Amino acid sequence: MPKLTVDGVELEVPAGATVLQACELAGKEIPRFCYHERLSIAGNCRMCLVEVKPGPPKPQASCALPAAEGQEIRTDSQMVKKAREGVMEFLLINHPLDCPICDQGGECDLQDQSMAYGKGGSRFLENKRAVTEKYMGPIVKTVMTRCIQCTRCVRFAEEVAGVPEIGAIYRGENMQITTYLEHAAKSELSGNVVDLCPVGALTSKPYAFEARPWELKKTNAIDVMDALGTNIRLDSRGRQVLRALPRINDDVNEEWASDKTRHAVDGLIRKRLDKPYVRKGGKLVEASWGEAFAAVADAAKGAKGSVAAVAGDLLDCETMFAAKLLVEKLGGSLFEGRQTGLAYDVSSLSAVNFNTTLPGIETADVILLVGTNLRWEAPLVNTRIRKAIKKGAKVFAIGPETDLTYKAEWLGNDAKLLTKLPKAVVDAFAGAARPAMIVGGGVLAKDGAHGATLALAKTLNLVRDGWNGYNVLHFAAARMGGLMLGYATTGGIKAVAAAKPKLLFSLGADEVDYSAFDKSFTVYIGHHGDKGAHAADVILPGATYAEKAGTYVNLEGRVQRGDKAVFAPGDAREDWSILRALSDVLGAKLPFDTFEALRAEMEKAVPALGQLGLASYPWAAPKLDAKPEGAFGYPIKDFYLTNAICRASPTMQQCSAELVHGETFAEAAE
Amino acid sequence: MADTAAPPAPPPFVGPLADKDRIFTNVHGFQDWGIDAAMKRGDWDNTKKLLEIGQDAIIEKIKASGLRGRGGAGFPTGMKWSFMPKESKDGRPSFLVINADESEPGSCKDREIIRHDPHKLIEGALVAGFAMRARAAYIYIRGEFIYEAKVLFAAVEQAYEKGFLGKNACGSGYDFDVFVHRGAGAYICGEETAQIESIEGKKGQPRLKPPFPAGAGLYGCPTTVNNVESIAVGPTILRRGPEWFAGIGRPGNLGTKLFQISGHVNKPCVVEEAMGIPFKELIDRHCGGIRGGWDNLLAVIPGGSSVPLVPAREIMDAPMDFDGLKALGSGLGTAAVIVMDKSTDIVRAISRLSYFYKHESCGQCTPCREGTGWMWRVMERLRTGEADLSEIDILQEVTKQVEGHTICALGDAAAWPIQGLIRHFRPEIERRINENKGAAPMMEAAE
Repeated sequence: MPKLTVDGVELEVPAGATVLQACELAGKEIPRFCYHERLSIAGNCRMCLVEVKPGPPKPQASCALPAAEGQEIRTDSQMVKKAREGVMEFLLINHPLDCPICDQGGECDLQDQSMAYGKGGSRFLENKRAVTEKYMGPIVKTVMTRCIQCTRCVRFAEEVAGVPEIGAIYRGENMQITTYLEHAAKSELSGNVVDLCPVGALTSKPYAFEARPWELKKTNAIDVMDALGTNIRLDSRGRQVLRALPRINDDVNEEWASDKTRHAVDGLIRKRLDKPYVRKGGKLVEASWGEAFAAVADAAKGAKGSVAAVAGDLLDCETMFAAKLLVEKLGGSLFEGRQTGLAYDVSSLSAVNFNTTLPGIETADVILLVGTNLRWEAPLVNTRIRKAIKKGAKVFAIGPETDLTYKAEWLGNDAKLLTKLPKAVVDAFAGAARPAMIVGGGVLAKDGAHGATLALAKTLNLVRDGWNGYNVLHFAAARMGGLMLGYATTGGIKAVAAAKPKLLFSLGADEVDYSAFDKSFTVYIGHHGDKGAHAADVILPGATYAEKAGTYVNLEGRVQRGDKAVFAPGDAREDWSILRALSDVLGAKLPFDTFEALRAEMEKAVPALGQLGLASYPWAAPKLDAKPEGAFGYPIKDFYLTNAICRASPTMQQCSAELVHGETFAEAAE
Repeated sequence: MADTAAPPAPPPFVGPLADKDRIFTNVHGFQDWGIDAAMKRGDWDNTKKLLEIGQDAIIEKIKASGLRGRGGAGFPTGMKWSFMPKESKDGRPSFLVINADESEPGSCKDREIIRHDPHKLIEGALVAGFAMRARAAYIYIRGEFIYEAKVLFAAVEQAYEKGFLGKNACGSGYDFDVFVHRGAGAYICGEETAQIESIEGKKGQPRLKPPFPAGAGLYGCPTTVNNVESIAVGPTILRRGPEWFAGIGRPGNLGTKLFQISGHVNKPCVVEEAMGIPFKELIDRHCGGIRGGWDNLLAVIPGGSSVPLVPAREIMDAPMDFDGLKALGSGLGTAAVIVMDKSTDIVRAISRLSYFYKHESCGQCTPCREGTGWMWRVMERLRTGEADLSEIDILQEVTKQVEGHTICALGDAAAWPIQGLIRHFRPEIERRINENKGAAPMMEAAE
């Protein structure tokens, strides 16, 4: 714990801290461009210069200098002021004066810091440098003349995303940041470089020229594109969400968000269901709410308790709870959320949970991936594993070989491996202090594989005092919440279909094979004109995650809440209010009139959902059939098109076409 | 060899150097560079015995000789070697990197050594590498040195054939390899950490220090980077004894040095001389004097392009060594003496140097990336006089904003020549501006 002084104030800083961190602890703001807490230190922008004694009689880059006992640091001296002004002048001489047409305007580090630390004038009489545009894919727009060569994007691509495709070419003032050979940066995380870029060189392509930051209403929300529960901020203007940005939460998404999280938002205004529809003569026709409710009431009368509910992947807990209550009041008892036919055992939630927790997986020393393509199922879990590897972890994988951005030892794609692991792997696990296994969708889909992984967890001793290394990786935002609310039937959705329910509530369920339900009267409550709506007999237009407040439980059992950013379009309503109104018509009145009352009811029924943070599932491994056979497959075929919102999003369509299917898009209009 | 002689008695010996005291006996290439000829000249002569002196004893002897690094900064070589770990605690090997990326405008000594006396370097690599407990030496040779690289590859091959390198080098029981790595023509790769990056196969950009190479250098292992000349003189110092070396030159600036005199002298040459030799004597004795006589001398850049120039009247009697030139506000650098007579367009000369630094800046850190281009453009306008008088001060301030604000010393190197020009030749710059303005100076004078 070195003791030092910053501007005359004495303080003690943690061992290993840099001078910059010491200054921040002392409450001093240190301007910076290249330094970023989550990236390696480059020390090249020279903006963070401070005066340090003892040391050479010149200013030192505080970001790279270790704090040491007895240092006298000055951030307010004449030398520091001059150094900052000098660096700022250099940064600005070749930076274009196009702030009025720059999307970074208003949230630009260069703007802000030149106001605070610059000289206010330029002495540069030469021509400014111009740099040709680069192509970085459908997400990142480049205006490279604005680049100040901080190399944050280069370091992010290499260190966090694991795709070293962005780099600097040429030297000196000709240095340019580019993707090699003008390819799109093939990463699910490429959008993060837009946030990292301190200037307007890399901006969001879909968001280009949409809005200024000060016009936007900011709402804290939870992302539903995967099961991670990325903490996001939805920036909206009027009734439209214009962009989604990650919030910092070290326990969940750190500071990152996947491209899907960020850019599926343009799907929120396309292909929306904004009116109720009723199927008449085989065709869906527009109807009033009253007509639609009446049609449902008719069907309910004949159902006589043969009622089921299937929950979609994007649902909040409140909607699922309200629907469950309604179905139960109607006499039904069939609930399912695993739309694609998964039927794994849920007698113990701990056996289908990500038990190490997200920060925990970083500390694992041996990791076995089974049937999971983490890069697509949970890109931000993948970055955690990259961090674990950096700390020395060893990774083995079972499944079809795929590029995970790091070196994993592929053991093959045979489910039998689970019962007969190679000796090298067993030895590695035997020597591990924090062994972990991640079980993906490929395992859950295979008979006996879930049980085999649980048995393996036992033989490999994954669960020990203070450490549970058994992880199941879900990829639907509603999954853990749904399981906590009982949206699982033994036998899965096949069993639900086999029960032939007369009335089926489809709650935004767009991945279901509806041909199995062709005899059921299907009421679709959802927001997009996707598969579920096509199969419906009555459509009741609902709200997306951006248009309702809600509770979500992520794959590690973390209960989080998001707020409502905008109103649903047209006649669409928040899902809970639809269910509440419908319950009146059906004569099965739900016991709440406000969202708060609904939430209170839910918390009464499932107290864990009332407590933000990790829900606790005591470890209990059920004994299951454990003789899997055959090869694993990955459940996600196209990262960019996994749900109704992305499928409606032009940006995601383009990403899919270009990055997954390799189509090229001509840039110019010709 | 073991007994230490008394320190050299004053006055110090500052040349002229006798032939018997020359280390580089074939620097002019009158004899063959090959290993047989080199052995006749005394290289590889019982190198095993040199190694038997012992690792720490060798370092002590180099310290005692007062050898300062010949690459430009003049850091004591023995002390640099002593920073290397005595034993590997974590199994990492140590490396010696020999900097033969001689790209400083004006410098051409390493080229001559490698061309004509490569075995001095290779033997030095073994001795130095052994002393600092290095597993191998990497000789990073400048990309443009094509013939020299060929010679060096062949010379290393010869040394392996004779059993001087490789397993049980020279029968000493020590395993030592020498690798030659060719650069690709970037000046910045002469900076030690950029050179390490380049050897590792990355873009040559200087690293942040700390960590220093002696802690984590090449491939993260302890590394010392030394100039060719510093390494090549090692075996001779050990053979003749540090007291012999320390008997040449002024205190703190000891030994012999290869001077490379170019420019407006009658006979430009590379010559080994005693450190501290007065400038006038160096030129008169070896270069046949200044072109057009001593009155025709305008200025001298005494240490390669990155040190400030010194005007004629100040350099004349100055001792050519680290401290002597530092006192004049310049530096010995690599002892690449660039002599300019009065036919020189001094502003253009410095402007050309500015262009060089602009071209060679790696672009990593802001002040150098942006500042070198700015400085060059202003210099170009000062050359033609298309500038305002106030811009001289702006330029001076810009050089100060670059100097000392960068990761490596290239920023300083780009700033110093311009500072030297403004310090000594401001009237010349002002004259051009005023002339370019035509009638303006007359109007001012009339008031």
